Amino acid sequence: MTITEKTIQSQKNIGWHGKTLKQMRKEIDEISRETGHYAGLKTLPLKESYPIRYEKIFSKLRGGVVHARETAKRVAASPIVEQEGELCFTLYTPEGDSIVTSTGIIIHVGTMGAAIKYMIKNDYEENPGIEDGDIFCNNDCQIGNVHPCDVHTIVPIFYEGELIGWVGGVTHVIDVGATAPGSMTVGPVSRYDDGYQVACRKIGKNDTLLKDWLIESQRSVRTTKYWLLDERTRVAGCHMIRDLVLDIVKEEGVDTYKQFIREVIEDGRRGFVNQVKTLLIPGKYRQVSFVDVPYKNLDVPPYARVNTIMHAPTELTVHKDGKFQIDFEGVNRWGWHSYNATPVSITSGIWVMMSQTLIPNDRVNDGAYYASQFDLPYGSWLNPDDIRTAHSYAWHFLVSAWSPLWRALSRNYFARGYLEEVNAGNANTSNWLQGGGYNQFNENHAVNSFESAAEGVGASAVRDGINHAAAIWNPEGDMGDMEIWELAEPLLYLGRSIKPNTAGYGKYRGGSGYETLRMVYGAKDWTMFFMGNGYMSSDCGLMGGYPAASGYRFEAHGTNLKERIEKRLPIPTGGDSDPDNPEYDTLMEAKEIIRDKQSITTETIFENYDLYLNYLRGGPGFGDPLERKPKMIEDDLNEGLLLPRYAESVYGAVVSKNEKGKYIVDEKATEKRRKKIRKERLKRGVPVKEWMEQERQKILNKEAAVQVRHMYAGSFALSEKFANEFKQFWNLPTEWHLSEDELGVPTFGAKINHQKKTG
Amino acid sequence: MAQYDRKTIEELIDGTIDFYKLKEMLSNFKDTDRFDKYISILQERVPWDDPILLPAGLHLYIVLKPDGKRVVKCDCGHEFCEASDNWKLHALIHVRDTEEKMVELYPKLLAPDPEWQVIREYYCPNCASQLEVEAVTPWYPILKDFEPDIDAFYNEWLKRPIPQVK
Repeated sequence: MTITEKTIQSQKNIGWHGKTLKQMRKEIDEISRETGHYAGLKTLPLKESYPIRYEKIFSKLRGGVVHARETAKRVAASPIVEQEGELCFTLYTPEGDSIVTSTGIIIHVGTMGAAIKYMIKNDYEENPGIEDGDIFCNNDCQIGNVHPCDVHTIVPIFYEGELIGWVGGVTHVIDVGATAPGSMTVGPVSRYDDGYQVACRKIGKNDTLLKDWLIESQRSVRTTKYWLLDERTRVAGCHMIRDLVLDIVKEEGVDTYKQFIREVIEDGRRGFVNQVKTLLIPGKYRQVSFVDVPYKNLDVPPYARVNTIMHAPTELTVHKDGKFQIDFEGVNRWGWHSYNATPVSITSGIWVMMSQTLIPNDRVNDGAYYASQFDLPYGSWLNPDDIRTAHSYAWHFLVSAWSPLWRALSRNYFARGYLEEVNAGNANTSNWLQGGGYNQFNENHAVNSFESAAEGVGASAVRDGINHAAAIWNPEGDMGDMEIWELAEPLLYLGRSIKPNTAGYGKYRGGSGYETLRMVYGAKDWTMFFMGNGYMSSDCGLMGGYPAASGYRFEAHGTNLKERIEKRLPIPTGGDSDPDNPEYDTLMEAKEIIRDKQSITTETIFENYDLYLNYLRGGPGFGDPLERKPKMIEDDLNEGLLLPRYAESVYGAVVSKNEKGKYIVDEKATEKRRKKIRKERLKRGVPVKEWMEQERQKILNKEAAVQVRHMYAGSFALSEKFANEFKQFWNLPTEWHLSEDELGVPTFGAKINHQKKTG
Repeated sequence: MAQYDRKTIEELIDGTIDFYKLKEMLSNFKDTDRFDKYISILQERVPWDDPILLPAGLHLYIVLKPDGKRVVKCDCGHEFCEASDNWKLHALIHVRDTEEKMVELYPKLLAPDPEWQVIREYYCPNCASQLEVEAVTPWYPILKDFEPDIDAFYNEWLKRPIPQVK
């Protein structure tokens, strides 16, 4: 190539100094790795020389992205976006590293960055080309997403022919045309059931969406109106942020902007290390969580009809230099269900969590990512080795897999005296009421009730968890107004109330969950399904506290509610407060009433006047329940958070009612009963080593339900280390072995088997 | 940088702290002398003299014994094991692995199914405090959940020697 040709070539390149984006990506990776500082910045000259100017630029950008989110969400019609705030905007460097993000579903700081990096890696500069005014779209999980319903709009930002960055916007859309209606469908077992997938596609030029894209995308989903307005929301927000960046460049100069975006990421990295050293303790912290996948009797393809358990052991290492490492060694294999995750959803999701605890500030960018290390075993549910995996409800286990990390961090906070930061864990953010058909306006429709954005919070070491308040995936959780949900869904509210006994018990209890009773009304061809944990609790208490309650489902079909309403007879209202003593059933007749631990179902037909109970989970507890103050138990009883018989059996409280019907806890009698319970504990407790011998025998005999054995076999196959540590702990003979092949269940997709290799 | 008096930290430990004070603590930068105040209050409250190196949980401490050993000790005085070991292996355990044992805690439909998950309660063999609860599948190994590098913490992060037996 001659010099002239080279010059022409570099003039065509859109990166800095005539480079390609691929060259820029390579250089930033190399220098960051070699120096341990982002972009090799050992000092921060702009910040150090002009601190006020630096902060001013940051505030303008941060304020601008938050403002864009708040303004753009008013364009949307979907209550998921408009009511729940399920959207987020992030600004990136030309290489796809995040600089600053808005509030909202900030997991997408990483996912949209991954999509940009994918476009760079695949030479999009050459074909289809990256030009000023272009609009790109992505929702492909294996490229960079959590689940297909989170749709990205990505816009390049050019200044005088040079790419100075990208802006990405994401909304959680209500339907992506999967096998069943709803954004996070249960039923997909492979990518090909997961709905419409857009793989980093150019969908607009000159700030205008292309006609073929508009036609195709709207013909691919059920809820076209919401899809269209969600897209307008994302485009509007991206363009607002692009204008903001160009204004700052005009004001400060492009070189200052370029320096700023490098420094702010390095600053984020340093800030994270500083937080680690302030709040944590060097060392290793281990914890585990699980969630049930009860698919044996589900209407899915035969190879997916397997009961199994997803397994997430984590070892957090806080290194002496402040480096933060999370190792998932021991996780089990991906499965034929829609709860698989991708590495970027795990790492980005952990930052969502960290922004609520370790780094609770506005400096969430890729700096923290550069200060950490994640070990995500290949072939597992969080790093599948197969393009076929489904992801539509990746959150089923993401929320559970992070819950133990709260405990790891909290043990550190507790030891350092920062008790206010302790949190026993996060709730399993379910149930998800989903479904669709023709709605009350006779439109093809899908629903996903985001009441799940308000679950019980974990207890702290100082106070109870907050009731029905939050969801780990959106730090701005909100249950939404009933009136709005009734407009969005052909489902009338017959009740919305706190659900007793859903909070994990403890000296400080978790936040309580709640439940809403919905009656189908005005629908046609309507189906719904349930999505949540049932057979297992996916969290755990901390330091003596109990896990939150697990789940169940209630549905009623073929009821006589129409007649009862016409005759003005009482009907079920309020909550299913004590499922051991159900009251709904006494107020109606029905062809079928289901109360079952199976809390994951596929599409079921719901006729008008059928009932669906949406139960949102509680949070885990902290400390021994026998240390809970009697007054707090009294309040729990009077506020309907606790059934009286459990005040007695769990808290050791002696309870009576006064003449006004209020519960009273007798402090002295309670103290006496608690002493008795302590004696009972000493009587029933067995030395751990004795118990281990009994458990060992069960393992030797392989006595456990198939789902339990399936979980272990899937972990053993992927990790010899986990298998060896398991055998060592239980002192099992070397020849003891448990494989997926011996379980009598389908083993489609099981490719990696490290145990087999070594015989 | 924030500073809190001893009384405030005592209220924090006792759970009697005013909500707005707590909110301020959550929102502010952290007070750097928290650890010292906290340890000194805890040390004053326990009925024994072994220096506390690090709290290891509600009621549990890693303490220094006169012979130089680091031991996990309950505030009632019971000593479990050396800190390098897992204290849970030296506790009493009660495993809720049947429906009958689960329904003592939750209504039947709100309880985990013992075929899928069991609840393990760990008690102090002396005072019977419930020190930890695990919700795990059957067969799950007992995790050593807290393994701090106390030497690095004192020497490199706090930049001071580890407390000695007086």
